[in-house]
Amino acid sequence: MSLPSDFFGRMVFILQNYGPSFLAGAGKTMAIAIVGTLIGCLIGFAVGIIQTTPESKQDNLLKKVLIKGIKFILNVYVEVFRGTPMMVQAMFIFYGSSALFGINMSIVFASYFIVSINTGAYMAETVRGGILSIDPGQTEGAKAIGMTHYQTMLNVIMPQALRNIMPQIGNNLIINIKDTCVLSVIGVVELFYATKGVAGAYYTYFEAFTITMVIYFVLTFTCSRILRHWEKKMDGPDSYDLATTDTLAYTSGMVRFPDPKEKEDK
Amino acid sequence: MAESNVLKIRHLSKTFGANVVLRDIDFNVDAKDVTCIIGASGSGKSTLLRCINLLETPTTGEILYHDVDITDRKMNVPEYRTRVGMVFQNFNLFNNMTVLDNCMVGQMKVLKKNKEEAKKTAMMFLEKVGMAPYINAKPRQLSGGQKQRVAIARALAMEPEILLFDEPTSALDPQMVGEVLAVMRTLANEGLTMIIVTHEMAFARDVSSHVVYMAGGVIEEEGPPADIFGNPQKNSTKEFLARFMQG
Repeated sequence: MSLPSDFFGRMVFILQNYGPSFLAGAGKTMAIAIVGTLIGCLIGFAVGIIQTTPESKQDNLLKKVLIKGIKFILNVYVEVFRGTPMMVQAMFIFYGSSALFGINMSIVFASYFIVSINTGAYMAETVRGGILSIDPGQTEGAKAIGMTHYQTMLNVIMPQALRNIMPQIGNNLIINIKDTCVLSVIGVVELFYATKGVAGAYYTYFEAFTITMVIYFVLTFTCSRILRHWEKKMDGPDSYDLATTDTLAYTSGMVRFPDPKEKEDK
Repeated sequence: MAESNVLKIRHLSKTFGANVVLRDIDFNVDAKDVTCIIGASGSGKSTLLRCINLLETPTTGEILYHDVDITDRKMNVPEYRTRVGMVFQNFNLFNNMTVLDNCMVGQMKVLKKNKEEAKKTAMMFLEKVGMAPYINAKPRQLSGGQKQRVAIARALAMEPEILLFDEPTSALDPQMVGEVLAVMRTLANEGLTMIIVTHEMAFARDVSSHVVYMAGGVIEEEGPPADIFGNPQKNSTKEFLARFMQG
């Protein structure tokens, strides 16, 4: 088997021989990115919700101290994991866990874990911003019909905050797809690591990484389009159907309201 | 008086930092009373109403609901709020829900009603405010007057004993004010206990059974609308009303 002499020929050759390696690498990359983003989002929601919990004067001292303490710990978590590179975190956690605690993480588990907590730290701040961006009137409206803080969060604030932070979640997913390549330092065979192996076999770095560039771009572009579509779906239709065709129903209220026909025309 | 007061406010004060917003407020609300609170902007009307619903915590004083002090620490505030509803100036409809869901969510999550029951009650009140055809609309697709009517239906769907209105028509243009006031007038005629903060003097005069005039965080004058509007005792009340009734 000899290497073709032209650039495109070499690319085809690599694809024919190592296609499955690229696919496996891309698969692992996507798996880590998606699982990491999802778990990171869950962590982010939990941390963001706790950090925006209002302090109530009615709470007893123990509860106040407890909430303060938890908030402090979560702050430390957010600052540390936002403030250090994921590559360093990967080394620190993967080697540290076995050296200090004798825990032998599998490489794959370690990569899910690292991406998740890293994303969680970013998402915590995003969720906090999303919650703060919702008009306080929404909270008051919910309180006024007797909802507790928890019910208000679950039914009113979070659905709206989630919609508002969707672009940021998409951002995080795309960053994660790309940044999983730093996990090659602990030996995860994701797309970057796989490419390095392929490139080294015939010393075709340029060709192999051209393919990888394209794969990364296709992955991120597809994800960003899917998320954009999802956002549109969350917004619901622009128009609405009047709930009745019974013309008598329009006069059942005792106040005047605009002719529904006019609305439909718009 | 034979019937006891539903709501008694005793020596209520509220300060924001060094700012005294309410000073020693005292008044009673009987069942089926329609109490209108009038006064210039910044006189503490809205704060008073928000204190009654505990959206603001009173600094001192008591609010007695059926002789139970609701400012007590042990009070179950969410439960109390299902009995005393509130309608806001800016509607505060839940933007993520349709009109129908807005009116059902409280019944289902707070009152734990099942879906059918909640829908029945919601539809009943939405029909009452003339919004039944719009149940599938989201709040952003409605006009101000429509939103406020939905907000009233949402509050009514909890079947509260008292309904508080915080300047319900102040964010509406004149055309829409009428439709909201018409709804409120019907509720008053049906005997719902209401406390209304408003700048609609004609409405206060015609619909209320009790008028409270506030200025500078205190109640300047209160009484039946005929007395307040027809024969105000204090100069400040006269001046305030003269300015409003001209228009």
